[in-house]
Amino acid sequence: MSDGLIIDQLKKTQILELLQEGKRVDGRQFDEPRKLSIDIGVIPKAEGSARARLGDTEVVAGVKIQPERPFPDTGDKGMLICTAEILPIAHPSAETGPPQPPVVELARVTDRGIRESGMLDMKQLVLEKDKSVIGIFCDNAVTDHDGNLFDACSYASTAAINSCKIPKYEMQDEKPVKIEGEFIEPPITTLPVSVTMAKIGDFIVVDPTIEEWGIMDARITITSNSDGNVVALQKGGSDGFTQEELIKCAEISIKVGSKIREIIKESK
Amino acid sequence: MGGRDTDIVLLDENGIRCDGRKVNETRKVTIKAGVLKNANGSAYIEFGDNKILVGVYGPRDVHPKHMSDTDTGILRCRYHMAPFSVGERKNPAPSRREVEISKVIKEALEPAVMLKEFPRTAVDVYMEILQADGGTRCAALTGASVALADAGIPMRDLVAGCAAGKAADAVILDVNNEEDQAGQADLPIGYMPNLKKITLLQLDGVLTPEEYKQCIEIGIDGCNQVYEIQKKALQDKFFSNGEKQ
Repeated sequence: MSDGLIIDQLKKTQILELLQEGKRVDGRQFDEPRKLSIDIGVIPKAEGSARARLGDTEVVAGVKIQPERPFPDTGDKGMLICTAEILPIAHPSAETGPPQPPVVELARVTDRGIRESGMLDMKQLVLEKDKSVIGIFCDNAVTDHDGNLFDACSYASTAAINSCKIPKYEMQDEKPVKIEGEFIEPPITTLPVSVTMAKIGDFIVVDPTIEEWGIMDARITITSNSDGNVVALQKGGSDGFTQEELIKCAEISIKVGSKIREIIKESK
Repeated sequence: MGGRDTDIVLLDENGIRCDGRKVNETRKVTIKAGVLKNANGSAYIEFGDNKILVGVYGPRDVHPKHMSDTDTGILRCRYHMAPFSVGERKNPAPSRREVEISKVIKEALEPAVMLKEFPRTAVDVYMEILQADGGTRCAALTGASVALADAGIPMRDLVAGCAAGKAADAVILDVNNEEDQAGQADLPIGYMPNLKKITLLQLDGVLTPEEYKQCIEIGIDGCNQVYEIQKKALQDKFFSNGEKQ
């Protein structure tokens, strides 16, 4: 969050000293994420919704579904858009107004994880080719910020989309008409799960808290799917990773991700 | 990775790609350092059909003042696509994609630039994409580090960029536009060859753990090739009067 403050330098020294003893500030193992709890259906007016709490980070994701005119080059596929915003209630540093680059990155990384995994079979979401398709909009609202928003948004989005109900539409006179009371199950093919790791000195820790987030040298977010393949990646922060570290990070992500996927599955 | 349907054969039976390259071959890269008069440092890079101009200003006073840092200089990067750089006209206003790419390139350069030497100042890197053909972020990053070096800013290493990816079920080096549109994965890499550190890494598309390892491996190999061209560009500028290298 803040950079270059003296307090951060002191914190960094302390956190690094602890890491050298094999400890983290909140007592977790290096590859141990915080407790994740997911409640679905928290917003009944949305076609799908989930509140994810990752430690003290909290995100509410809501899915709205409506027919859309497809983009000219993807008329044979439904539309999927994920966004994310940090509400001003979430942290003293959060501001209203146009999104700053870190928030743009958060939204795009959240979107990429869901999209590139092919979580939804978009070909099944076409009402009439090139004319009308089903649009799925998953909007994430960060309500409390204690670090690692990437993963909290990923889990909330995946849980919300996984549990959504798509209203049934029929084409009448070239226009999509909603059939009240009828729904179809979302065409889910896989459950993408992101795992973010912070590099602090030479140590790599999973699911950094806001304190670790503030002093980390670099971070990497790796999203894996149900088959244990890597589907999206984002490196950030002002340092680099070695080749060995990256391979280790992918292994950690797939391992940790498989446990988190179970929590998301159970939430439905 | 839309995995879009296409008529283009991405990889033929002889292992030749749609632009005639082998799987482990980069496009032709040419870099010229010191091409702008006013900028403190600059570079022009052609990475295949990508044409990118980079200008560096600074270290200089920071405006707005509140952005300045008493401990260190700051690096500011702007990746910008010209409206005429792509098939359909691009709106000149910065898109969310450009905001994100600017941020990842900044974070890819920061480990290389010795900003602590210049507290309270800013180094501005402007990357203008004049023509885009897939892999612009890697090309812009490559050009930006040459321009920073050309500006005489102390650096720990150059950052070279090159993407790896997957198309037609094969792991390939330096993904071009067609392969980006119709392929299966794109994994751009920024790499500091001397320090052996990866400073830019993104992925969209599905890779098995084994393919992921291979992509990083050949991507680094591609970066090492690009690095040689970066060094050559700087040598050509600074030693072109017959001085010994």
